[in-house]
Amino acid sequence: MFDKNAKPSPRRQQQLDRYKQLVERMSPNSDMGKGLLRAFWVGGTICTLGQALQEIGKAWLGMNNTAASTFCSTVLVFLTALLTGLGVWDKIGQYAGAGAFVPISGFANAMVSPAMEFRREGLVLGLGAKLFTIAGPVLVWGVSASVIVGIIYAIWPW
Amino acid sequence: MLWSFVKAFALGGALCAIGEFLVLKTKLTPARILVGYIVAGVILSATGLYGPLAEFAGAGATVPLTGFGHALTNGVKKAVQEIGFMGAFTGGLTSTAAGIAAAVFFGALAAMVFKPRPK
Amino acid sequence: MQGTIELLRRPRLCMGAAIAGKKEGEGPLGTGYDQVIEDDLFGEESWEKAECRFFYTACDTCIRKAGLTREQVDVLLGGDLLNQITSASMAARELKIPFLGLYGACSTMAEGLCIAAMLVDAGHVRTALCAASSHFCSAERQYRFPLEYGNQRTPTAQWTVTGSGASLISSDESLPAIAQCTHVTIGRVTDLGVADANNMGAAMAPAAADTLARHFRDTHRTPGDYDLIITGDLGQVGHDILLELMRQRGVPLITERYIDCGLEVFSPGQDVHAGGSGCGCSAIVLNSHILERIRRGEVHRVLFMATGALLSTTTSQQGETIPGIAHAIVLEGCSACSGAS
Repeated sequence: MFDKNAKPSPRRQQQLDRYKQLVERMSPNSDMGKGLLRAFWVGGTICTLGQALQEIGKAWLGMNNTAASTFCSTVLVFLTALLTGLGVWDKIGQYAGAGAFVPISGFANAMVSPAMEFRREGLVLGLGAKLFTIAGPVLVWGVSASVIVGIIYAIWPW
Repeated sequence: MLWSFVKAFALGGALCAIGEFLVLKTKLTPARILVGYIVAGVILSATGLYGPLAEFAGAGATVPLTGFGHALTNGVKKAVQEIGFMGAFTGGLTSTAAGIAAAVFFGALAAMVFKPRPK
Repeated sequence: MQGTIELLRRPRLCMGAAIAGKKEGEGPLGTGYDQVIEDDLFGEESWEKAECRFFYTACDTCIRKAGLTREQVDVLLGGDLLNQITSASMAARELKIPFLGLYGACSTMAEGLCIAAMLVDAGHVRTALCAASSHFCSAERQYRFPLEYGNQRTPTAQWTVTGSGASLISSDESLPAIAQCTHVTIGRVTDLGVADANNMGAAMAPAAADTLARHFRDTHRTPGDYDLIITGDLGQVGHDILLELMRQRGVPLITERYIDCGLEVFSPGQDVHAGGSGCGCSAIVLNSHILERIRRGEVHRVLFMATGALLSTTTSQQGETIPGIAHAIVLEGCSACSGAS
């Protein structure tokens, strides 16, 4: 195993392949149709709620588009934090999968849940440091990609 | 207004269903899919494909994480127009500050108030 | 013979104790545990402390049930799933019994029993205590996600058991005995390339098959010689794969005489997907349900084999596949024990 170039012997490779097939045959698969449907309706509902918040912001609170959109994300994040704290969000996540984690609410849950979990390890190295364990990569790659786009745009605006 | 709700529901739901398809089909972890979504959002927005979608479906396009990427791109473009080259570094986080600050603040707050529950 | 050792002096398994969590208490074996702790924190302030208290309580209960004091136990062997096996070490700090910490992932209970039985058989110690524990909440935060994170569990995923079991093995013939230990088979680390940490059963089943096959070969026995063969926490997927692997090896198990603790500990209605897992899973099932069946004479000769998945979050993230291990010990009911029983 310590020889980087060594390939498994043909017999070993055959054993690995056969076992892989056995595992695939024996392991139950998730129900694709049910999964997609659940993700669709829960995700759709969260987005509709977001739309409603934007409309409310614009129609009743006198907000412009940017403010309304900010209002929408802030409220969704707040609601998710509340539901996560009350122990409800993980059940929604278990039910809806991507329907719960793709909207911004999933991003919020990914920050709130480790903060709660690691609170006992202290305010600084527990809560503070672990807040970003799951959501951190999203910010790292999202922001990095946008900086690259910004640099290109500064040189060749389109 | 009802029509805007239908559009938000349909596009938002569809983006989530694609995510779920990736989870079930590729066994990618949610964290990887989210990174994929935000980077896809940045690129689709930079190539001008996401803007019309957001125009059309409103929250259906901005609430999913691809919308976060779209906001990052919009932010850097606007900042580059306003302050030039350095805008590439300020614009992204400026335009998404509300979501990030809210998640950090409410996350810290929730952790002070609530305790995780056994399942 | 490789790895199979006959214990000629027949060390005796004298007593078992099982302390289970709330969800396990609601399971099909709920009435058999010595204690069901309704509060997952066990009155402590962290999951780790709670798990430590489960471990301590199982040991303490086992010693008291056997009518011994801590000073009469020569050595404690045990471990758990957490980094640096802190639950076991910190419980041992309170118990003050000479301590050998073990890490065998979910195979720890069997590993402890094997070593304890050999130590007693060799006459190095008179009385040894072995224990293992796991806690759903402490395992989730170390191996998976925060409790409140909304992730979806796959159908092959297993549910870490909250609980701890302890067994006392002794050569002291004045103690009551439940079973005698006749053979141990020490597992080989076996890996057939499964990398999916949500499918531990599939990762561990080849190790179980290897240990079983070597055991039958070395002892010249067949599955029919056992009233019951018990695996630790293969879950539904690993259970089915093990049956198939043994069939392919030409020593098919008798389905009615093969059970898996991961499938016994929860009922299908408890939404645990492929079944229970964790060190505590086989530990609490063995030390309640199985020992009780041996005591009642329903089964005479059983082979207890706990399996472990020897991965860490670090090796998983580096893309390593999951090595598995399985240790087996043969227990025979004590109608045949020599001396007082």
